[in-house]
Amino acid sequence: MTLHTIDKKTIYSYLEEINDPEVPVLSIIDLGIVRDVIMKNEELEVIITPTYTGCPAMDMITATIKIQLATLGFKKVKVTQVLSPAWTTEWMSEEGKRKLKEYGIAPPNAKQQVCDQKLFAAAEAVPCPHCDSYHTHRISEFGSTACKALYQCDDCKEPFDYFKCH
Amino acid sequence: MNQLLIDYTLHLADNSLILGQRNSEWCGHGPVLEQDIAITNISLDLIGQARNFYQYAAQLINAQDKSEGPKAPAPLERGFGGEVTEDSLAYLRKEREFSNCLLVEQPNKDWAQTILRQFFFSQYQYLLFEQLQNTKDEQLAAIAEKSLKEITYHLRWSGEWVIRLGDGTEESHQRMIKAIDELWRYTGEMFTPAEYEKTFGIDFNKIKEDWSQKVKIIFDEASLIPPLGGGGAAFMQTGGKTGKHTEHLGYILTELQYMQRAYPRCEW
Repeated sequence: MTLHTIDKKTIYSYLEEINDPEVPVLSIIDLGIVRDVIMKNEELEVIITPTYTGCPAMDMITATIKIQLATLGFKKVKVTQVLSPAWTTEWMSEEGKRKLKEYGIAPPNAKQQVCDQKLFAAAEAVPCPHCDSYHTHRISEFGSTACKALYQCDDCKEPFDYFKCH
Repeated sequence: MNQLLIDYTLHLADNSLILGQRNSEWCGHGPVLEQDIAITNISLDLIGQARNFYQYAAQLINAQDKSEGPKAPAPLERGFGGEVTEDSLAYLRKEREFSNCLLVEQPNKDWAQTILRQFFFSQYQYLLFEQLQNTKDEQLAAIAEKSLKEITYHLRWSGEWVIRLGDGTEESHQRMIKAIDELWRYTGEMFTPAEYEKTFGIDFNKIKEDWSQKVKIIFDEASLIPPLGGGGAAFMQTGGKTGKHTEHLGYILTELQYMQRAYPRCEW
């Protein structure tokens, strides 16, 4: 197989195998951070968008993309980061959300709850990924990684991570 | 025009870097584990913003050097192979070359002062970036758009803490009052545009008005009152935006830049 005959679908299937180093149950395709793949002769440009501005995983993901596509035969791979339109959890695949929940992380709610200054409104209702109870409370707005918040279930008492709406 | 864009980008980068560095001093020292994690998460976001701005500034400076030749005397140390990089901008510029606001370099002191500094700045940054995401420079607009989502969380978190401390115990209330006395004088600078801030279509009067109003909502809830009721008569210290800093910045840079100063061009 020469490089010219490799189609986008094959490239995406290779990218599908790359997991987020901080949430290893999700692929970078599940996360929705791969925007486009551009093929020019034997060169590839992969356009990605960071989830969080300071996310340290981005450098590692960039390196992994290059290594992974090298196994397909591409020697010249350029990974370009674009910021706009900004990444949102709305781009996470349904499959990704299912995998997150199975892994014990509550998937992001559908809409970002904005910072209402008239006292920040009611807390977001986040269901427990273990027992599905909505009877939960937030322990901390910020969790073990930039993309997560820490919650606890009041029914099964398990603490859990919530992948924040973004 | 390009010089103004470079200066403005560096100013935005410096604000984020210095506050990020300040907050990171809490790493391992937060009052409880969750809040230690929170403040360092905010650091990470801020340093991420700073990286985006510095990368863009470096690109602009290198392009300018190519077309016009490096400025003499060079305003920046040309480290790392003659090209300016995000790292050389953060690690090789001197105190007077930094143009961050005075507010972000103020010391952490206690949790109350750290919280209030974050709240004042996040509220400002939120309103500023709301406008900046529509500015004509596409890259600045993109960075602002991206950062806004994170700032929303910073604002919510710090606002909640201002209320909790202000409306908490007698001790926490007193500490908030002390923090207000320390920091209020540095807030006016944020709304006083330097030359390089004037050509990007930002309405600073509107930011000031909205900022004052939003702060008042939170302060009312927190049983706190700004000096002179928040009126315009309070003395405001300025200078940071043009490189005239309080003594604190030097100490921050000493720590931040230590490795590059001691072992030039070291990498890991």
